Amino acid sequence: MRTLILDTAERIFRDICDQTLVDKAEKGEWPAGLWQTLEESGLTQAAVPEEQGGAGGTIGDGLYFLKASGRYVAPLPLAETLIAGVLLAEAGAQVPAGPLTIAPVRPNEIIEFSDGKLSGTATRVPFAQGASAIVVATSAGLAIVDPASVTIERDKSMAGEPRDTVIFDGAPATIVGNASPDRIWQLGALARSVQMAGALEGILAMSVQYVQDRKQFGRALSKFQAVQQSLAAMAGQVAAASSAADVAIEATEAGDPGVSIAVAKARVGEAAGIAAELAHQAHGAIGFTHEYALHQFTRRLWAWRDEFGGEPYWQAEIGRLVAKSGADNLWKFASRT
Amino acid sequence: MTAALTYPPRTLGPEQEAMRAEVRAFLQKDYADGGFGRGQEAMARYDVEFSRRWGQAGFIGITWPKKYGGRGLTFLDRYVVTEEALAAGAPVGAHWVADRQSGPLLLKYGTEEQRQRFLPRIVAGEAFFCIGMSEPDSGSDLASVRMSATRTDGGWLLNGTKLWTSLAHICHYMIALVRTSPVNPENRHEGMSQMIVDLNAPGVEVRPVYNLAGEHHFNQEVFTDYFLPDENVVGEIGAGWEQVMSELAYERSGPERILSTFQTLVELVRQVGDNPSEVEARAIGRLTAHLMTLRGMSVSVAGMLADGKMPVTEAALVKDLGTNYCKDVPETARLICPPEDGAGGNSRYEKMLKTATLLAPSLTIQGGTREILRGMIARGLGLR
Ligand SMILES: Cc1cc2nc3c(=O)[nH]c(=O)nc-3n(C[C@H](O)[C@H](O)[C@H](O)COP(=O)(O)OP(=O)(O)OC[C@H]3O[C@@H](n4cnc5c(N)ncnc54)[C@H](O)[C@@H]3O)c2cc1C
Repeated sequence: MRTLILDTAERIFRDICDQTLVDKAEKGEWPAGLWQTLEESGLTQAAVPEEQGGAGGTIGDGLYFLKASGRYVAPLPLAETLIAGVLLAEAGAQVPAGPLTIAPVRPNEIIEFSDGKLSGTATRVPFAQGASAIVVATSAGLAIVDPASVTIERDKSMAGEPRDTVIFDGAPATIVGNASPDRIWQLGALARSVQMAGALEGILAMSVQYVQDRKQFGRALSKFQAVQQSLAAMAGQVAAASSAADVAIEATEAGDPGVSIAVAKARVGEAAGIAAELAHQAHGAIGFTHEYALHQFTRRLWAWRDEFGGEPYWQAEIGRLVAKSGADNLWKFASRT
Repeated sequence: MTAALTYPPRTLGPEQEAMRAEVRAFLQKDYADGGFGRGQEAMARYDVEFSRRWGQAGFIGITWPKKYGGRGLTFLDRYVVTEEALAAGAPVGAHWVADRQSGPLLLKYGTEEQRQRFLPRIVAGEAFFCIGMSEPDSGSDLASVRMSATRTDGGWLLNGTKLWTSLAHICHYMIALVRTSPVNPENRHEGMSQMIVDLNAPGVEVRPVYNLAGEHHFNQEVFTDYFLPDENVVGEIGAGWEQVMSELAYERSGPERILSTFQTLVELVRQVGDNPSEVEARAIGRLTAHLMTLRGMSVSVAGMLADGKMPVTEAALVKDLGTNYCKDVPETARLICPPEDGAGGNSRYEKMLKTATLLAPSLTIQGGTREILRGMIARGLGLR
């Protein structure tokens, strides 16, 4: 099933999700065709059981699909829809069709539930405008909220992706199950790690292609040893990021993520900064233009690495766990044995 | 569209965890009995007596067939055995090369007589091997080796010099890469052969070369009309290059490439204590995240080897990332937790920091330099 999902995803993204589509999406045009094709193929809810409105795959299927979307920087709330679907499915609720989002994405922003109504504000909510439902971890549990019943102030990340402020005051809601803001935070960190790993594979492929095509001093840039060395360094960062993301996916699928999500977000975030820098260097001035697609990837990497906790946050989290378990247990901690 | 090298996650099974328990139990008891001194950079540290106990406990050559004293286990089992030894800081240097590459080389290319002659003694921790590749004028450019072997009655006469040979002074044998016919400028990889040199036979002189820490780790060997009997030729005459290259995936991806300075990290965690500041927690968390990611990649490569693949580029990438990480550990440690007298005093933390700092330059040189490995990765990306 996983191969089928990934082959289908790869084909759809390759055919439809090009530079122009991403550009239009950043300017505010909803890529309806891409969404519809993905939804009809069952990919947007790959990880939800069929009887709850999904395609009946596992969370691993959903996350590997997300990684593929990262390779094309698909400008859709695929991560948010996946997380919302997983939370609703766990709660035993029916998952609505259409693009979904989640709130709050910062666990210190509390959305209060009382007497069937919500109060509170969530900031930086991805793609709130345009979502068919917002899945909210409230003080009393998980709720599905109609975007028409809240106030949305639009904003964007440096990648041009919607990051809206949602004022819930007075919105009616029904509690459908349990889920804490902390769980959104964890799943969000995992999803961004996976998307970044995909985008990193994307910029490596672009850079390799570019230095083979571009000629200076009478030969391809790829023939210069200095260029080879920096792309090899980039390949190291990309491989480490991809591996860390995959380990977190598999551990999550096995139901025991442990520290793997923290490790992934910390390691992939670090790789994102280094690899983006190297990719731009390899491209020269063309990579600094709006005309060339590299920035669609690198701006997302710079934005995503700080969302759901940047490297300092997750590193400190791991560091405190290591300190608590003690020097003599470091090996057991690191080898998870 | 991906150019990336992939490292599919590999989960170790219950057999490997059982093996881990066996190794841990041995190491704990041996250490408690005052058996070995803990330290880092295991490949450089040796204790002949420890190697013997290690061999007798059945931890050398565990992937080799039982008829040679091995245990017929998988490459993943071997991975667990070696990573536990390194993480515990055990002095595995004496048997290291024989276990990692000389034995496997003999299994792949050696004669039945050679296997019977050497493998059981390696397994028992009684025959130690070193690698005779580098020479004064041949480093990264290994195909330029000059040491010559010329035909004589019943064998070969060896003349020339090997250099940087780790632990040759405690080893019984060296597997030397030599020229058996002159360089063919059309194909520089032709005309090389591998031979088992008995370092106690006449005609070879082993001289110490002291490293920057003043320690005797590597050596120079001068060969003058050294007689090597035919039965000590490994594989085919002239096929030395191909044979040497096949050793590299085993040599480059192992846990030794990510754990060389692990004890510095352990002591840093101890030094910082259970209530770290934000800065300390971040630094330790970052180093741990790197370590765990590298281990995942290294286990993945071990899995590829267990599946019979030859992941040469994947292994080169792990060595490049891993050795750079090992150098990062002491540099990060000294910034967040400065040694008291600057130069590194005598607490356990300071000692580990000092040895790691002195060892660091070698990590990205031995076993293939950073630049050479990155050249291999670039080739893997299709750039060359
Ligand atoms: C601690 C230690 C233990 C060792 N143990 C052994 C051993 O047991 N047996 C053994 O045979 N050897 C051993 N070696 C030798 C080791 O394999 C060589 O040092 C290594 O292959 C590099 O060779 P070199 O030192 O001659 O450096 P050189 O090849 O002279 O390189 C010097 C510098 O130039 C760079 N360079 C060289 N060629 C290129 C190129 N084409 N492109 C870009 N940059 C290049 C290198 O990367 C390096 O930075 C050991 C070395 C050390 C440090």
